[in-house]
Amino acid sequence: MRVTFPHMGNLYIPLKAMLNYLEVDVVVPPPSSKKTLNLGVKHGPEFACMPLKLNLGNFIEAREMGADTIIMAGGCGPCRFGYYAQIEHAILKDIGCDMQLIVLEPPEKNISELIVKMKKITGSRSWWQVIQAIRFGYQKALAVDEMEKTAFQVRPREAKPGATDRAFSEALTLIDNAASQVELAEARKKADTIMAGVARKHGAPVVRIAVIGEIYTLLEPFSNHRLERHLGLLGVEVDRSIYLSEWVNDHLLFGLVKNLRSSKDACASASPYLCHFVGGHGQETVGSAVNYALAGYDGIIQVYPFTCMPEIVAQSILPGVGSDYDIPILTLIMDEHTGEAGLQTRLEAFIDLLARRKETREAVNR
Amino acid sequence: MKGYLGIDVGSVSTNLVFLNEGGIVCEAIYLRTQGQPIATVQKGLKELNERLPAGVKVRGAGVTGSGRHLTGVLVGADAVKNEITAHAVASLLLVPGVQTILEIGGQDSKIIILRNGVVTDFAMNTVCAAGTGSFLDQQAARLNIQIEQFGEIALQAESPVRIAGRCAVFAESDMIHKQQMGCGLPDILAGLCEALVRNYLNNVGKGKEILPPVVFQGGVAANVGMAKAFEKALELPVTVPSHFDVMGAVGAALLAREAVARTGLSRFKGFSVADSLFKTGSFECTGCPNMCEVVEVAEQGNVIARWGDRCGKWSNEISKEEKIS
Ligand code: SF4
Repeated sequence: MRVTFPHMGNLYIPLKAMLNYLEVDVVVPPPSSKKTLNLGVKHGPEFACMPLKLNLGNFIEAREMGADTIIMAGGCGPCRFGYYAQIEHAILKDIGCDMQLIVLEPPEKNISELIVKMKKITGSRSWWQVIQAIRFGYQKALAVDEMEKTAFQVRPREAKPGATDRAFSEALTLIDNAASQVELAEARKKADTIMAGVARKHGAPVVRIAVIGEIYTLLEPFSNHRLERHLGLLGVEVDRSIYLSEWVNDHLLFGLVKNLRSSKDACASASPYLCHFVGGHGQETVGSAVNYALAGYDGIIQVYPFTCMPEIVAQSILPGVGSDYDIPILTLIMDEHTGEAGLQTRLEAFIDLLARRKETREAVNR
Repeated sequence: MKGYLGIDVGSVSTNLVFLNEGGIVCEAIYLRTQGQPIATVQKGLKELNERLPAGVKVRGAGVTGSGRHLTGVLVGADAVKNEITAHAVASLLLVPGVQTILEIGGQDSKIIILRNGVVTDFAMNTVCAAGTGSFLDQQAARLNIQIEQFGEIALQAESPVRIAGRCAVFAESDMIHKQQMGCGLPDILAGLCEALVRNYLNNVGKGKEILPPVVFQGGVAANVGMAKAFEKALELPVTVPSHFDVMGAVGAALLAREAVARTGLSRFKGFSVADSLFKTGSFECTGCPNMCEVVEVAEQGNVIARWGDRCGKWSNEISKEEKIS
C-alpha cells in the first residue's frame, strides 16, 4: 500500500510525519502547480470548485509516482465538499486511475473514532503507537504554524526582498526532516533562529489585514495566487482566520488541545448576523470578521472558490459587519480563470485605501 | 515650462498626459495598445515630445493601468499606482467633492466610492464583457453606425425598448429580436444603454451607496446615451469631466507630483527612452513544478526587470542588481 493525500498548504508535513511514524509508505504529490490545475480542469466537472480540481490533479500526479491509496477528508452538508472524495474516486476510475480510497470523516463524537479509522490504514500497529503518531503529526502542525505566523510578521518588514521566503522554506525543511520528537524539538529551535535572523528595516508603517474565508483557498497558496505573500511584499502584516493546527484540533481532535483559538469562538461571534450552520466555514467567516474588527485590524479580505455556497452566504452578510464595525472588507473569488494582474490591482487599491484611512485616523487621534 | 508626465497603459488603450505645475492638462494623447505596450508607449512619448514646446522639463513621471509595472521600469517612473487610486485622484482634482465615480472602459468597469476626499470602497468587474466599451463598439459596427453617433442617436429615442442586458450574448440576441419586431433604431440604442447601465449597477455597483456628485468617466463616457441612462437610473445629475478618457493618466501624473515632493528627485529617464531598444522575452523556469513563465525586459541588452516568478527567485535577483548599480 502506497498512500497519498491531497495538498492543502503545509498539511503534507504533519500528515507525512504521522504516516511515516507508523511506517506507512507515503507518496507526497508534487506541490500544486499549473500542471496540477490543468490536469484537474481537464478531468473535473466544469462547475465544481477549484479545490476538487486541484485534488484531482494531486491524485493523478501521485499516481504517476506510484501511489495506489488515497486518504481524503470527508465532511457533512450543505457544502459539496462532503461528497468530493467519492466523486474524485469515481472520476479517477473513469480515466483509468484505479486507486483505493479511505475517507476520514470528521469524528462525530470523540477522538476514538479517528483512532479506529487510523488503525484501518496501519493494520497491526498498537493503539499506543497510533496515538503517538497523531501526537507527533500534531506537533509538526503546531511548529509549521508558528513559522508561518512569524513569516507574516517579518515579511512586511524585511530589509532585503525575498529574505523571508528563503528563511521560511529553510525552516519548513528542517521541521519536515525531523524524524522523532527529540529531533523535532531541535529543529524547532534552529528554525526559530533562522526566522529571527531575517534582517528587518525599522519604522516602516505596516497595515494589518486579516484574511478570512473558505479553508482550502485560505490554506493552499497555489489556489489563492500566494495572496499572503503578495500582501506581505506590499508591506502588510497578515493574520489568517484558520491555521492548520487549529483546524485539526477543532475538527479531528475535538478541542483536546486547550488554549488554542477555536472555531467555536468564531461561530459565537457570528451572532446576531448568522446564528446557524450554513455549511463549510460560512459561520466562522462572519464571526472571524467581527473578531478581527474588534481586534483593531485595518481591513479584512475574504477569499473563496467560485461557486462556494457557504461563503456566498457569508459575503452577503459581510457588508453589514463592515459598516457596523467600520472596517473595509474586500472579497476575492478564486477559480482557474482568475488572473494575477486583476488580483494585484485590487490588492494595491485596497491597501491604498487602508493606508489613507489609517493616516487620517492617526492624525485625528494625535 | 515644467510639469508632470502621466501614462496609463491598458490592454485596449494607452494614454499619456502632460500636466503643468498647476495641475492643468496641457497635452493628452490617446493611442491603441494593440498588444504592443512598449512600442505604443515609445510612440506616445515621441509624439508628446514633439507636441510640447522645446525646453520643457519633466519633474516627475507616473504610470498606471495593467501595464504599469512594465512601463514603470521602461520610463523610470516615480509613481507606479493601480488604476483605482489613479482614477480617484484625478477625479478629485477635476471635480472637487466627488463622492461616486462610475468608470467604464474598453475591457473593465469599476465603481469608486469616496467620502471626504478619501476612497472608502470600490468594486471592479473584469470577468463579464457586458457593460464595456468593446461591446458597444461591436454593436455599433453591427448596426452600421459610427460609434461617435451612437449616443446622439440614442438621445432621440421616444420610448426606449427594454433590452435584456444580463450579459452581452443575451443583449445582442434580444436587440436583434426587437429590431425584427420593427422597433426604431433610436429606441433600441437607448434601450441598450439602459440595459448596460442596469447591468453595471447590479453587478459592479451592487450594494454601494451612490451619492452625488457623481462622475462618469472612461472611454464609454463619450457616449451621451450612456450618461443620460445613468442619470435616469440614478435620478441624479452625472458629470462627465472634460478629460474623461485619460483620467488614469491624469491621476498618475498627480501621484508622480506627490511622490517627487517626498523624494525631491525624479527617476524619469527622459524622452530619449522613445529611441531606446527594449526587448521583452520570457522563459519557463524549471526550478520547481510551478513552471512559472518569467518575463524579462532588457534595455540595450541589459536586463532591467523580471517578473512572473511565484517564488521571487528571478525578480529579487534584479532588485539586488539595481541596488548595486
Ligand atoms: S520561478 Fe520559482 S516558483 Fe517559479 S518555477 Fe522557478 S523556482 Fe518555481
